[in-house]
Amino acid sequence: MNNKTIEDIAEVLKETLGLDELTIEGGTIGEKWLRLKPEELLPVCKTLRDESGLRFDMLMCLSGVHYPAENELGVTYHLNSTKLNLKVTLKVRVPEEKAVIPSVESIWKTADWHEREAYDMIGVTFANHPNMQRILCPDDWEGFPLRKDYVQQETYQGITTRYDEYE
Amino acid sequence: MNTNKPELVIKELGQPGKREMTINMGPQHPSTHGVLRLELDLDGELITAVRPHIGYLHRCFEKYAEQMDDYSKVIPYTDRMDYVSAMNQEHGYVIALEKMLEIEVPVKVEYIRVIVAELQRIASHLLGIGAFGLDLGAFTPFLYCFIEREKILDIFEKSSGARLLYNYMAVGGLMRDVHSDFRKDTSEFVKTFRPKIKELNDLLSYNRIFIDRTANIGVLPVDVALNFGASGPVLRGSGYKWDLRKNDPYSIYDRFEFDIPVGSGEVGTLGDCWDRYIVRVREMEESLKIIEQAVDTMPETGDVTEAIPKRIRPKDGEVYVRSETPRGELGYYIISDKSASAYRVKARAPSFVHLSMLPAISVGSLIADMVAIVGSIDIVLGEVDR
Repeated sequence: MNNKTIEDIAEVLKETLGLDELTIEGGTIGEKWLRLKPEELLPVCKTLRDESGLRFDMLMCLSGVHYPAENELGVTYHLNSTKLNLKVTLKVRVPEEKAVIPSVESIWKTADWHEREAYDMIGVTFANHPNMQRILCPDDWEGFPLRKDYVQQETYQGITTRYDEYE
Repeated sequence: MNTNKPELVIKELGQPGKREMTINMGPQHPSTHGVLRLELDLDGELITAVRPHIGYLHRCFEKYAEQMDDYSKVIPYTDRMDYVSAMNQEHGYVIALEKMLEIEVPVKVEYIRVIVAELQRIASHLLGIGAFGLDLGAFTPFLYCFIEREKILDIFEKSSGARLLYNYMAVGGLMRDVHSDFRKDTSEFVKTFRPKIKELNDLLSYNRIFIDRTANIGVLPVDVALNFGASGPVLRGSGYKWDLRKNDPYSIYDRFEFDIPVGSGEVGTLGDCWDRYIVRVREMEESLKIIEQAVDTMPETGDVTEAIPKRIRPKDGEVYVRSETPRGELGYYIISDKSASAYRVKARAPSFVHLSMLPAISVGSLIADMVAIVGSIDIVLGEVDR
């Protein structure tokens, strides 16, 4: 069913956008992904959605990931073309101190809440997002829970949040 | 303006034709199906803006999954995400890990998984349909649905020992074999349930009052649905034939014959509340077909625990595995760094995505129709907040 591999998709992207190179990475197991620079993200996503041979009409998942070893924050995009039955994974990584990634909300509306969740959990900000606020945690919560070095605040509005001492 | 205050905040008073106010629907409201707060801007009875507020049930699933020292310790937690379709949640998680570990699962296990997943789909749809009717004032169908749902829970209880949160599936197999009468009980349920669907149609689906409350309400055009990442009955209600069991088959779904029901605008507009509702009713019939075929061809013997690994240690890499739950596409994104616990686990919950498009489909409708729209997208807040 998957007649186009990630290499084919990268070829199409390079031709259409005139990019020199696109890095394809992967682990020992599982899926490979396209590594993008933050400034490449929007043109690549637009092309993926609109190009007749790709038609990635659905953003399945958007996840924030923390890479403490490199002091970086990353976002993974899982795209799906329901018309051509294709799947592709994109990854963008930015340094922790300047964690701003362009929002893809204008391309896929579903990114709105997914990006808010990524902001809430790992603290990466999305430029041009219509409503960049926390979504799951309260607005005045401190820190970003899914960072690997996260330390939970002792109290929240006078309520003790840690109960380790009672164990 | 402080919208956290429970009392009504009246913006403009005394202007003819302008009766705007902002009210809170929830977090404690019988028809929000859990703790969901909708901040509604109203002009008279017309909704001019909707701002959903979620997070009341946030239990840090992803953090928990990273902290556990064993991948299989996460399985009980997946039950608690969407607590009305726990089997489907477990199924998605175990197939994701089996893909990472490259485990070949015994055929008998696959058959049992498909049967319980489809039974669970029926149970979940029965709850969704019943509660939807209840939201709109139809009390009787709710009780009829629950009688049937109990029968499914009885089968699950006999096999797994639990009625709602099973912890039944394991990576590479099942916790234990099904009970000795599983085949008989399941076939009997299929036989008795078929006529009940007709009864449900007579009682609720084609009820004039029910149609008046749901037809032409909350219309979701198919291009909007795709752009919002909708899946499952919500996407199919808009007339788009997309079902992961057919389009991206996992487990052994490619062995069975079944159709994908889609909405057609039968009593109103394509993609309205009634279309989303009727897709669920028709899906139950298709699930019955799958169960029937699976029960007939299921292997008699086989050890369901033989392929369970003693130690779960995937190599480095990552997978995104999706499966079709009663609510839509449930995806697990798991990153492994060769250690015994996951580096990152993200659950892509269909209810979360569907709730995000609520403002797009409910602006311009009446406040009473909001109840119908929330009911028709059939959200489970445990899954929205995780």
